Amino acid sequence: MTFEIFLQMFPIALMFSAPIILTALGGLFSERSGIVNIALEGIMMVGAFTGATITVLLENSTPAAAWIGLLGGLLAGIVFSLLHAVASINLKADQVISGTALNILAGGLTVYLCQIIFHQQRTRAFSYGIKKLSVPGLSKIPVLGRMFFDQVYPTFYIAIAMVLLTWFVVYKTPLGLRMRACGEHPQAAASMGINVSKMRYFGVLVSGALGGLGGAVMVLTADIQYTLVSIHGTGFISLASLVFGRWNPFGVLGAGFFFGFSTALSFYAKDIPLLSGLPGEFFYILPYLLTIIALLFFAGKSVGPKAAGQIYESGER
Amino acid sequence: MSNIVEMLHITKDFPGIRANDDITLQVEERSIHALLGENGAGKSTLMSILFGLYQPDAGTIRIRGKEVKVSDPNVATALGIGMVHQHFKLVHNFTVTENIILGMEPRKGLLVDMRTAEQKVEDISKLYGLAVDPRSKIEEISVSMQQRVEILKMLYRDAEILIFDEPTAVLTPQEIHELMQIMRRLVEEGKTILLITHKLKEIKEVADVCSVLRRGKLVGTVPVADTDEERMAEMMVGRQVSFHVQKTLAKPGDVLLRVEGLNVKNQKGVLGVKNLSLSVRAGEILGLCGIDGNGQTELVQAITGLTKVESGRIFLRDIDITHLSIKERSDLGLGHIPEDRQKHGLVLDFTLGENFIIHNYYKEPFAHWGILNKKAILENAQRLIKEFDVRSGQGAITPARAMSGGNQQKAIVAREIDRSPDVFIVVQPTRGLDVGAIEYIHKRIIGERDKNKAILLVSLELDEIMDLSDRIAVIYNGEIVGIVDAAETNENELGLMMSGALHKAQEAAQTGREPAHV
Ligand SMILES: Nc1ncnc2c1ncn2[C@@H]1O[C@H](COP(=O)(O)OP(=O)(O)OP(=O)(O)O)[C@@H](O)[C@H]1O
Ligand SMILES: [Mg+2]
Repeated sequence: MTFEIFLQMFPIALMFSAPIILTALGGLFSERSGIVNIALEGIMMVGAFTGATITVLLENSTPAAAWIGLLGGLLAGIVFSLLHAVASINLKADQVISGTALNILAGGLTVYLCQIIFHQQRTRAFSYGIKKLSVPGLSKIPVLGRMFFDQVYPTFYIAIAMVLLTWFVVYKTPLGLRMRACGEHPQAAASMGINVSKMRYFGVLVSGALGGLGGAVMVLTADIQYTLVSIHGTGFISLASLVFGRWNPFGVLGAGFFFGFSTALSFYAKDIPLLSGLPGEFFYILPYLLTIIALLFFAGKSVGPKAAGQIYESGER
Repeated sequence: MSNIVEMLHITKDFPGIRANDDITLQVEERSIHALLGENGAGKSTLMSILFGLYQPDAGTIRIRGKEVKVSDPNVATALGIGMVHQHFKLVHNFTVTENIILGMEPRKGLLVDMRTAEQKVEDISKLYGLAVDPRSKIEEISVSMQQRVEILKMLYRDAEILIFDEPTAVLTPQEIHELMQIMRRLVEEGKTILLITHKLKEIKEVADVCSVLRRGKLVGTVPVADTDEERMAEMMVGRQVSFHVQKTLAKPGDVLLRVEGLNVKNQKGVLGVKNLSLSVRAGEILGLCGIDGNGQTELVQAITGLTKVESGRIFLRDIDITHLSIKERSDLGLGHIPEDRQKHGLVLDFTLGENFIIHNYYKEPFAHWGILNKKAILENAQRLIKEFDVRSGQGAITPARAMSGGNQQKAIVAREIDRSPDVFIVVQPTRGLDVGAIEYIHKRIIGERDKNKAILLVSLELDEIMDLSDRIAVIYNGEIVGIVDAAETNENELGLMMSGALHKAQEAAQTGREPAHV
């Protein structure tokens, strides 16, 4: 019986994991280039708002509305993250403060735009978001088929593809090598003729793209409309996944899945005999509790990029 | 032969100081050209200008006869100029090869062609006898290997003109010897070397020509073969320098520092100090010598409280300080000149004056009712600057970062000696100092001894240990392999002990002295 619940739960866990993984990968790019990006939460909100709005507005004219919505979320994330890049790279602002400001801004901005477009504090509900699909053939594999290929959101496959792509870019290409050097020791990178600002722009904008995409994915799979609380801390959970996953794409995959699973658990706990005794609220706080624990245990260890968060002065000795 | 580098009438101003004043430097191709000068004379500045890190306010640069404008290091690289900085610029968790190819990666399609890169690094390393493993991580290799990676970085970019800024300050005597051989090899292969160093012996050993700077001006350029060390020192300081320390016989008193059965783990998590015992008396200098990495760092960090001990005890006078905090130890009278001046010695973004009161900022007269007293801080700074001849552009308000390497060192030494602690742990006190400053600092350390303080001197320089110490303890593999009387030993004996070949019973060294307490 419990195993049946587990099988049912799995695709839901994948659904919750996808945005966390995508956004955490975004954070990976930013931090590897040396810029701490706690604006991921706000970026997700902007992406989610844009994704939902485009879907609502286009769904009567094209069946691909939700997919265009994803793309729109991605682009909106880039534009929004540009603010963080300018503040922390050109203006040399404290990156945590800049990120916090963007998180606050995102809430106000999206609700304001909803008010203008929809005359209410949320977007209109869309009829379909991203649709589930079953992979022909593979979904028939016993057990595994039901876990990964039957009635799942394709966004999870996007997340997996992004993990591989990130790994390839960060560890195998000259671009990745240079970007990581900027996050570890920008003076060394600069002395080798690398343009540190350019690299950091790249990192932050990619984090905007992936965070915006993550936000759009989240609202278009797990929600019916964008509201102020659609993201409810998922950006921070992504940040925790990045720390938990030790700034490594595969680590992020594991951590993201872990958090996705713990979110799914809150929906199924009442059906699992062992857990049904606990109050339901417990499972709602679980992902956040785990986030705090993850940060407590791992944040102190200096495994992250050494220069992340430090302001880079080009002439410094 | 022709001049490959010509720097003509170079002038450079920094806030409050003219670092280079109408300097003309001509460097012959395929030669080793040494640059000598007091701390703050402007050597690093001049070389930074050649490498494009600073722009001169006046003057021109010619490379291979052609006038050039070196607007940034990329231009310098394109001109075939490379520089090994005083502080290395390496990414600690990258491999040797990754550090070298950074910014100029060989590619295979979209990928970094790591195999070709490693092969090329290996080839260059072989050609010049560098013996570097292209696959090791930077954080896992020794300082001297890291320096070779810096050399490889230049060679990989086909640099012809190589600038070394005090390359030997961080090396052991053996490593220095190897570096000298590498430099000769580089010249044989057609390279030209510009070498900044304070060690006259090294200039005598490898350089062809030596240019001397004093307070921003060029004093002269001399062929090394026709000049002796005394003459070079005189040119640079403007007076005669005595290379030997004058001191009277020690009058040791009570034991002030006692270490008993100490075990300390090193960074790798194994015991770096093993069951070590020693003691230092009031009015004596105990020199601790050994090859780098034999437990000196761990011992010092344990005594000063920078790391925790596995077992064993440390007493200051008769107080057990094994588990006290750094500040508590310092308040009890423990002083420390740290090994890594930028990490443990100074706050680089604070001013010189602020750095001087880093221990005492909360005490009278520097603070009154919790508010800093600017006037007292300034007066204190001015006194120390004068006493120790700390040179900088703006005196007490100079940011530590804007000071020359040697003057940063002098600032730390001044601060710590001025506190006159009862127990004084002195590590590499003269690293990066010019001969004049060394002479003065040595005098002051002896002065502390004569004020009945207990001094533990840790240094990689055998000369310094032999000149200053009353007794010498030799550390090998985390253990004291012998303690000898400084007056009765010689370089050979110490060398044998440092390599672990000779153990000298500790009692033997104590005979004829007061009751053994080691
Ligand atoms: N970036 C800077 N800003 C301000 N002043 C500087 C800067 N760099 C150097 N100076 C000043 O210029 C003078 C010359 O410094 P430089 O580093 O060239 O000395 P140096 O000869 O290399 O000395 P050392 O032997 O101690 O390394 C010093 O007084 C220093 O304070
Ligand atoms: Mg210098």
